[in-house]
Amino acid sequence: MSLDLRIPMGMMFTLVGVILAAFGLATKGSPIYASSLGINVNLWWGLVLLAFGLTMYLLGRRGQKKLASLPPEPVEEGRRGH
Amino acid sequence: MLNLTSVDWLIMLLYFVFVLGIGFALKRYMKTSKDFFQAGRALPAWICGLAFISANLGAQEVIGMGASGAKYGLETAHFYGIGAIPAMIFVGIFMMPFYYGSKARSVPEFLRMRFDEKTRALNACSFAVMTVFSSGISMYAMARLIQALHVFDGLFRALGWAPEGIFTFSICLSALIVLLYIFLGGLTSAIYNEVLQFFLIIAGFLPLVLIGLRNVGGWSGLKASVPMAYMHEWKGVAHASTNPMGIEIIGLGMGLGFVLGSGYWCTDFLVIQTAMASKNMESARRVPLIAAVPKMLFPFLVILPGIIAIGLPTPHTTTVVTTVNGAIIHNTTVVSEQVSEGRGLVPAKINPVTGKAMLTASGQPLLDYDMATPNMLLHFFPTGILGLGLTALLASFMSGMAGNVTAFNTVFTYDLYQSYIHKNGSDRHYMTVGRWATVGGILLSIATAYAAINFNNIMDTLQLVFSFVNAPLFATFLLGMFWKRATGHAAFSGLIAGTATAMLHHGLTLPIEARPGIHGGWIAVLHHYPSDMAMNFWTAIFAFSANFIVTVVVSYCTKARPESELVGLVHSLTPKPERSHIAWWKRPEALAVAVLLGAVAVNIFFY
Repeated sequence: MSLDLRIPMGMMFTLVGVILAAFGLATKGSPIYASSLGINVNLWWGLVLLAFGLTMYLLGRRGQKKLASLPPEPVEEGRRGH
Repeated sequence: MLNLTSVDWLIMLLYFVFVLGIGFALKRYMKTSKDFFQAGRALPAWICGLAFISANLGAQEVIGMGASGAKYGLETAHFYGIGAIPAMIFVGIFMMPFYYGSKARSVPEFLRMRFDEKTRALNACSFAVMTVFSSGISMYAMARLIQALHVFDGLFRALGWAPEGIFTFSICLSALIVLLYIFLGGLTSAIYNEVLQFFLIIAGFLPLVLIGLRNVGGWSGLKASVPMAYMHEWKGVAHASTNPMGIEIIGLGMGLGFVLGSGYWCTDFLVIQTAMASKNMESARRVPLIAAVPKMLFPFLVILPGIIAIGLPTPHTTTVVTTVNGAIIHNTTVVSEQVSEGRGLVPAKINPVTGKAMLTASGQPLLDYDMATPNMLLHFFPTGILGLGLTALLASFMSGMAGNVTAFNTVFTYDLYQSYIHKNGSDRHYMTVGRWATVGGILLSIATAYAAINFNNIMDTLQLVFSFVNAPLFATFLLGMFWKRATGHAAFSGLIAGTATAMLHHGLTLPIEARPGIHGGWIAVLHHYPSDMAMNFWTAIFAFSANFIVTVVVSYCTKARPESELVGLVHSLTPKPERSHIAWWKRPEALAVAVLLGAVAVNIFFY
């Protein structure tokens, strides 16, 4: 399977993180944060998701580069791997 | 009242775009039926492992565990500690070698290899029916939740559509998305989206738990705000009367841990299919073990919101009188009866005719526990992250559905169509059949969802029937894999006897505070159980025992299969795989021990 899930998943969480963090910045000090005890959850959680998304994406890219530099793996037919 | 803004919609939309995008991207890799039904048997263990628990993390799990947390407290964590972890270790270490090694393409197919055609047919038919109904129930629950939370109300108002269409709109939308991505990418698509959903659930629920805990004053504050029994997983479990669920230790250990837990995690193709999609035997065995690690930590994520919801102060109608410049101002916050009659954030159930809160037999308001987790989301999340939380909920509904649909299309195509309808078709033909089976499965699910509106009891009835069919299953697999003498006739009659026993037990006993009927006792009431849950566990124990005994007895009366045919299918006749080339700490067994120690630690923490 040559679609590494980490790449689309990383992209999605990066985008969600950017959207949340940007929205959090724009609504800094807004009364909507009364429900979350005054914490700007959008900003903080957006940054967490951004970091997670980027990590996933980079790991996926690295994995793909590694795969491209290796000779293609032989298809397994036996009952055990390796 | 829910007030979604464009940020919330943007996040939700983004998720839908990626879900479908993954489906389209995978389409080019779907060349053979093996790619479509078995993900080419080429996925890495961590992906399958996360999909393994995600397949189970559907609506019933996220909403249900929150509800159960609000109703029974931390004792709910037994579903994880006893009900899942040991079974997951067992299936990984002991059973996966036969599932994966036999090269069976589905669980019913394994039954044909080990036993005979009729046992497979019985299992395949009952399984196919159950998956369709389960995904229908999931769909129905989702549409109901969307209605209750008023997610699409604003959208419908803006477009000028009648609000009655929300139910249909929710069902069609989710069905269409699930259909598209499975039609395109098969099992791989379903597995990828399950992993995506796994991370979404964490992304949506972790901040909820953190903020909720902060609000009640941390762990110790939570302990102080709910009754003591709520915060102990084990205390009081020795006697039915001293714990909120009303279950004693034997019923719990045997019923949940051994029979129901193992029956689900070790035999249900819904979860096993993800492990069977991994790239080699070692990976396949590692899949359930990898899944067990996050499973141990999930009580924090899905049960705690329910407990916090109960622990928060109940809103009441209040009037604040203030004097401003000599004028007296009355500021009244009106809270509906539904909210003020509830407990914490859990609302009371309202009788739609009288508009009053419904009462239990003892005069307490009946609580709508299913709203515990959704209400937590609405209470704590401002717009923005609220969109993320709702997306996580929707994702869990859809991937729960998707797992059922892929399990259905595989079992239908391989075990019913290829075996009994059209035997020697080309590979391409079966792939096409699989795609159309997906369409058929989803249409049947939609029909189930609509049937659920018109017949009040259909959900309870279906779940009851599933429990009759599922309860005895584990005995068949256990004997099949570990006792070479077990025969096909025996397995078949054992399954029938087990299901019959489950029905009989259900017909003869009743939980207290329930009327005879759907809850039991429809033949005669010989015994009362302290709760529904206790009765379920004992039904499972009786069904399992009946199956076990009948299978053993009939096996001795029938002719055994020659041992040469059972190599690779039964434990004692399968050569131990050569594993000296793998370092000891990389072997599945080492991981299993680590998981077990972790599970014990978590249980001690929650004691």
